[in-house]
Amino acid sequence: MKKLWKSIFFVVMLLLLYLPILILAVYSFTDATTIGTIRGFSLQNYVTLFTTEELRTMIFGTLTLAVTSALIATILGSLGAIGAFYSKERVKTAMSTMNQIPVINADVVTGFSICVLMVVVMRISKDTYIPLLIGHVTLSAPFVFLNVMPKIQQMDSSLYEAALDLGATPFRALKQVVIPQIMPGIVSGFGLAITLSLDDYFIATYTKPAMFDTISTYVVNATKGSQTTIKTALWALSTVIFLIVILVVAIGNYRAIQEEKRKEPVHG
Amino acid sequence: MGNETVKSENIIELRHVMRQYDDNGFIAVHDFNLEVKRGEFVTFLGPSGCGKTTTLRMIAGFDIPTSGEILLNGKSITSLPPYERPINTVFQRYALFPHMNIYDNIAFGLRQKKVAKDVIDRKVKRMLSLVDLEGFEDRSVSTLSGGQQQRIAIARALVNEPEILLLDEPLGALDLKMRQEMQIELKAMHDRLGITFIYVTHDQEEALTMSDKIVVMSEGEIQQIGTPEDIYNEPKNAFVADFIGESNIFGGIMTGKLTTRFCGGEFVCVDDVPEGTHITAVVRPEDVEITKPENGTIRGVVTAVIFKGMHYEITIQSGKNEIVARSTRSANVGDRVGICLEPDGIHIMIAEDHTNTFQVDINKDYRLEYNGQLLHASLTKLIKGGKRQEDGTIIDANGEVIDLSRIRVMASIQPEDIDMTDNQEEGLIQGNISNLIYLGSHYLYIIHTELEQDFAVYDEDLWNMGDRVGLIMPTEKMSFTIKK
Amino acid sequence: MRFSRKNLGIPYMLFLILFVIAPLAVLVYYAFTNGSGQFTLMNFIGFFTNPNTVGTLFYSLAIAAVTTIVCVLLAYPLAYILATSHFRAKSVIVMIFVMPMWINFSLRITALKEVLTFLEGNLAMHPFLNAVIGMSYDFLPFMILPIYTTISRLDRSLLEAAADLGADEKTAFWKVTLPLSMPGVISGVSMVFLPAMTNYVVLDMLYNSTYIMGSLIGSYFSAYNWHGGSMIALILLAFICLFTLLTGTGEDANPRGGSAL
Repeated sequence: MKKLWKSIFFVVMLLLLYLPILILAVYSFTDATTIGTIRGFSLQNYVTLFTTEELRTMIFGTLTLAVTSALIATILGSLGAIGAFYSKERVKTAMSTMNQIPVINADVVTGFSICVLMVVVMRISKDTYIPLLIGHVTLSAPFVFLNVMPKIQQMDSSLYEAALDLGATPFRALKQVVIPQIMPGIVSGFGLAITLSLDDYFIATYTKPAMFDTISTYVVNATKGSQTTIKTALWALSTVIFLIVILVVAIGNYRAIQEEKRKEPVHG
Repeated sequence: MGNETVKSENIIELRHVMRQYDDNGFIAVHDFNLEVKRGEFVTFLGPSGCGKTTTLRMIAGFDIPTSGEILLNGKSITSLPPYERPINTVFQRYALFPHMNIYDNIAFGLRQKKVAKDVIDRKVKRMLSLVDLEGFEDRSVSTLSGGQQQRIAIARALVNEPEILLLDEPLGALDLKMRQEMQIELKAMHDRLGITFIYVTHDQEEALTMSDKIVVMSEGEIQQIGTPEDIYNEPKNAFVADFIGESNIFGGIMTGKLTTRFCGGEFVCVDDVPEGTHITAVVRPEDVEITKPENGTIRGVVTAVIFKGMHYEITIQSGKNEIVARSTRSANVGDRVGICLEPDGIHIMIAEDHTNTFQVDINKDYRLEYNGQLLHASLTKLIKGGKRQEDGTIIDANGEVIDLSRIRVMASIQPEDIDMTDNQEEGLIQGNISNLIYLGSHYLYIIHTELEQDFAVYDEDLWNMGDRVGLIMPTEKMSFTIKK
Repeated sequence: MRFSRKNLGIPYMLFLILFVIAPLAVLVYYAFTNGSGQFTLMNFIGFFTNPNTVGTLFYSLAIAAVTTIVCVLLAYPLAYILATSHFRAKSVIVMIFVMPMWINFSLRITALKEVLTFLEGNLAMHPFLNAVIGMSYDFLPFMILPIYTTISRLDRSLLEAAADLGADEKTAFWKVTLPLSMPGVISGVSMVFLPAMTNYVVLDMLYNSTYIMGSLIGSYFSAYNWHGGSMIALILLAFICLFTLLTGTGEDANPRGGSAL
């Protein structure tokens, strides 16, 4: 009996989370403009999605921004974590505390404050993309820092010393030993930076050039507008992203399981 | 050690090396002086926190001395970075690079020096055969057992042909059997290669088995440097005696030429130390002879018998003293036995002066007591940063509760600060005058107390042998130390 | 100068000072000055004397509180079931519940909007309800993950010890599991409560014309009123600081960081 309730709860929660996305996915393959109306099958939304210049530019811009900002954030955050870890306790604490501010701060406040500093005070034009890029790096670098730090802490500290002992200069010891050791943290930090940038709305709104849109800002504006072809094309976009996420997760899980299997005999 | 062309050449020298940590001012190593000859197997031996690893790290270059000099072949390398020193280290937990296979691990050092590929190949192969792990090139570190990782770590260091090989407790992570095998192997490797080994361990047996020279350290200072035999047979002080091998250590006093009293008995000894000198007597368990009660110099009751394979370890309580004996014959708990000590089984060490040192008790209210009398001294102040909590327990600077069963408080007082009185009840403790020596300006009296301790007291007046007196010892003249 | 590992942190250190600390300093400056750069408390006094803005503050707190409660009530049982179940592919199932985090929120809210429109007709009729639904839908995964993580990391032997000492399953849950999983709940709350006070775009997308604290910043931004906006941002910051101090989530907990791939 108890088990049954558990299962029901489970299914209800799954439906709550996924039903809207699934319904939208189904309707994206019809020519309906609102949910509830029953119309015929159509791929028109997908055609619009991939042929409309405006949409293509927007998606490409969002991806470019995500990759660029994530790269910068990963370099800054990883080096920052390494530097902080090997610094004096006081410097380390100062950096960790500052690093924590964007993490706990509301995105609205972060976006607005960067806009005030860079656009209003420093008079950097939003059209240079600099405020936007810096805004996204500010958003994601702290998470890279937080992903890399534990990896450095877990690393056997004598590995670095062993490299020096064997004649490697500090720079080469870092490159050949420390960085490979903390690579998982750097990679997951990079992945996180990408998703944070893709999902951001507030920082982009406050710092983006007027003519540039990310998926978030575009979708928000589109919901307010009344262009139904664009609106339903976004349903298609939602479905495509949903499928991509499923794919990425599936591959990730598959590889994790393979890894587990590969390791098992050694531990056993 | 085979072919020494230059006799007694020092490969490495440490001169007045001191290391103090910036953040808390703690002095890890204090005025360390050592000369190591080429090809020697030197071991730094001491309990954890004695500064042995810090010293090793300074030789390797991971730590820079606060002051002092380190010379390699007569040239200062004090502030040379580790990667420019011809010295390699075998780390405590091996520190093999987990993202590289065995071959790449061993080749790492040679590649840093841009050695030609075919040379690297040859040298790595030779090293693998040296450590008996041929064919392991492509294996990953995680597939190796602890002992195998250990060998790879040694191979990785040796392939660079260092002038000195440093080993930081390299066998600590291995099980007993493996450890014993590796001890023999390391020693054999040392003999074969002729490289200087500097080895760090807290395991005295390991040190005694392998070393040419042992440096015993405690609290950042060298206690004794010597061959294993020296250190075992002629320990310089109570710490060394206690740390190396099992020992019975007693505080005592010289009662005449070649006679000494400790442990409630008078013994003949071979060390010629002036009468009246406070001494520490060290007796190895194997030198304790168990006899019938009537034949023993002192008597006691057997309190424990443990079978140790080759012999029995027998613990005997005699008065306030506990004596451990090693015997091939067993005994029963509760047996009354006598104890005899041969003169050459007693090793006498001179306590620096006539300072009287004795253990005081901590009563249940966490106050100091001696002979059932309260001493007006604060235990709290003895502990660095100590605080007394509301429930009476004491916490140290780190906020940890002090386990009073694990510490001993020692009090010391100078002979001139003790007064003798006929009014015995006035004294902190009572005893009989067992010796008196005229020292020119005053007499030195030895008072043997009811607690089987001997106190040295200076007095200008003449008292009689055997007089029963009270000893007045003002608390403010005592100094206290805590021992763990 | 010789290469040193410490120096690697310098660029990030400068970055943090320039783009994290400096913006906050600028906020403080703008919040307490007027258009001509003179010191003023008007922005501050203005906020707390205007019934509209004070009303917005309490309205935001109400939405945030209800959203947080809804999320805890839904996420805790789910996380508990997940963490204590014996599914073979547990990590996959957890992933399924966390996956929505990686789908762009604006697209998810679009989907929700379509469904709600179908169910309710005119969305503007139930602004508070829709706000809570929207926020809960958006932030639920952020509540599930930290709770799941703390429960699944719970030392099994503690429960065995509880059973050994005579606690039945129910007692063990209330006396052991629940108290020990509170850090996860707290970190989930910190991930939901603050965004629910500020994430006004969720309301915008649901045709919701009511204002929360974030909307105020948005409207000042549209009006180029940096001084007014800075004051709101500062008040929000004060709330965030207070919240962080109360929950102690400043250092260790960061569910977003922990959810990496």
